[in-house]
Amino acid sequence: MTTARLFWRFYAGSVRVVARGNLPYWAWIAFLLALIVSGALAYARQVEEGLAVTAMRDPVAWGFYIGNFTFLVGVAAAAVVLVIPAYIYRWGPIREIVIFGELLAVSAVIMCLLFVFVDIGRPDRFWHLFPPFGILNFPSSLLAWDVLVLNIYLLINFVVVTNLLYSAFARRDYNHKLVWPLVLLSVPMAISIHTVTAFLYTGLVARPYWNTSILAPQFLASAFCSGPAILLVVLQILRRFTTFRIKDEAIWKIAELMAYAVFLNLFLHGAEIFKEYYSDTHHLLHTRYLYEGVGGHDTLLPYAWTAVALNVVAFVLFIIPRTRRNRVTLNIGCAAIYAGVYIEKGMGLILPGLTPDALGEIYEYRPSLTEIQVAAGIFAVGFLAFTLMLKVAVPIALGQFHVDAVPRRERIPSPDNSLAPAPRHVG
Amino acid sequence: MSDERPDRREFLSRVAGTTVGAAVTGVLSACAARRLRDLPLEETRERIQALERDYRRRFGPEVSLSGAVALPGVIFGYALDLSRCIGCRRCVYACVEENNLSRDPQIHWIRVLEMEKRLGIDFAHSDSYYDSREVPRAGHFYVPMACQQCDKPPCTKVCPVKATWREPDGIVVVDYDWCIGCRYCMAACPYGSRSFNWAEPMVPPNEINPTMHVLGNRPRPKGVVEKCTFCVQRTRAGRYPACVEACPVGARKFGNLLDPDGEVRYVIENKRVLILKDDLNTMPKFFYFYGA
Repeated sequence: MTTARLFWRFYAGSVRVVARGNLPYWAWIAFLLALIVSGALAYARQVEEGLAVTAMRDPVAWGFYIGNFTFLVGVAAAAVVLVIPAYIYRWGPIREIVIFGELLAVSAVIMCLLFVFVDIGRPDRFWHLFPPFGILNFPSSLLAWDVLVLNIYLLINFVVVTNLLYSAFARRDYNHKLVWPLVLLSVPMAISIHTVTAFLYTGLVARPYWNTSILAPQFLASAFCSGPAILLVVLQILRRFTTFRIKDEAIWKIAELMAYAVFLNLFLHGAEIFKEYYSDTHHLLHTRYLYEGVGGHDTLLPYAWTAVALNVVAFVLFIIPRTRRNRVTLNIGCAAIYAGVYIEKGMGLILPGLTPDALGEIYEYRPSLTEIQVAAGIFAVGFLAFTLMLKVAVPIALGQFHVDAVPRRERIPSPDNSLAPAPRHVG
Repeated sequence: MSDERPDRREFLSRVAGTTVGAAVTGVLSACAARRLRDLPLEETRERIQALERDYRRRFGPEVSLSGAVALPGVIFGYALDLSRCIGCRRCVYACVEENNLSRDPQIHWIRVLEMEKRLGIDFAHSDSYYDSREVPRAGHFYVPMACQQCDKPPCTKVCPVKATWREPDGIVVVDYDWCIGCRYCMAACPYGSRSFNWAEPMVPPNEINPTMHVLGNRPRPKGVVEKCTFCVQRTRAGRYPACVEACPVGARKFGNLLDPDGEVRYVIENKRVLILKDDLNTMPKFFYFYGA
């Protein structure tokens, strides 16, 4: 069969797979599409009237968009770093964990790039970032670094995942020489996208709350909390609704590793809080704004303490073997840590960094409805991408959808028809 | 016949090659780096003339758009006498008129901070929303802030597209046609001296200052960052910045730092001078001093 015909079958088959589903599936898709439409409408208004429709102003020139961007970089990074323990501990079908991790990473990076895009005042000039037509201020600007590493990371994950899936579809062995080096490369790249994003803030002397070397380690620690939390939920869903056999031990092991990550995250925060309060310099003002409020300005207080409470709850649930092995408490822990990190890395990072501003002014920022609509739309794009990719990836990985088999709805595969050979161990 | 074919093929391929080459060059030159500072002299002049025609159509025939470049041997510096400033904000309003700052949404390049004498220079306890009809208030002093024209500007370092830079005469400028509006420079500025156009800026056409500079007070579009340029349209033409002329108590001094007889040099050499946030090593060219 020619490559073109094979690809056509892959394409047509994927469309057919995606276009087939039960009621909850279509309800979910419709829900996401509705959010996307609402986000697009809000964004159109923002383009028309300017960023004045957001709640951002000169004192707080970054807000909800950049907060979400920062959080999602962590999700993108952590999903892939799970590849290492998955490989070391030989969890269940390792290839699938790699695939789902990388699919999650691809979706998260897409959301990251969209959040940066909607934040800029001149989207019509986005191309100014791309040489040779534009000018990228590399290596001086950390934002230039971020654009670079995020795009490389997106590309790597995309190539790996499409290669794995497409070869499984074509019932061929995947390209080991291409895939394994890229999988291994994606691990340091995952760490570097998060480090670079942290340095974006660390490098600013004007903002003492960010200008601290603990930021990058803190970013990584919190990413290892939120990324695996999503993946744990996804793995459980897959185990439940498909014929995947993912070992309990794998899930417990991830939860145990998360307990260490949550602890490390809390510890790093504690170290920073000690330094701030004990030295009691002018810089303390930002930390106080987050946890105590300054001069009656206390918008962030409930969020800050909710995040602390969620992180502590998650730590307790993950560190006690009984609760991390109990399906209910495990998932409560996942939700808690996801929400906790979302607050801490979004509003909890951006807003105290900018409030009070460089001249001491306090502008209390709360995202406008437009910002929330646009952000919800971007999350919907990410979830839609992840859903559709999973919809194609799962039957391929299960061997139900391949070049010789048009997938049928009611077909249940026998356990031994997983088609692609197991990955060769490197080294 | 047989030896004609290769010739024709060669000819055709050469034609095709040239056409493709021309097309590629055309596209590249249409899209390639188009910051004002990257254009050759002739094109810069054309661009400025085109802008000038556009502004004349919009604001009247008296508009003139300068592209004056930095003079050799000049680095501008500013000195401000904290013991004289009374916080009247006349500099703020002179700046608004001179630099065609948006009236709605309101943009101010100068921000005057009221501080308590017993606390000294303390931004956390400063207030920029005081009532300027009741100044100077007892126990208070006033610190007008604007771009400090750093010699090591943190803002230009972080710009992802090099849309802002330090000119040879020390003025930090923004290319309004190249800025993508990411506001990283605003996060990086320790002096809160950059403003963003959150909406389409509005200046009443009858209040427009027609004497413009392409890197200074020309009309800005929505979605880009702007900042004080030491009134580049004036200072490169040998005049004082508008705020210097507007100050009723003579607190503001301006001049060439390389001129040994300049005003600012005199202040630096003879008065008690300070720069703001000197621990950040941004090396401002804006000096505060106590004249009395």
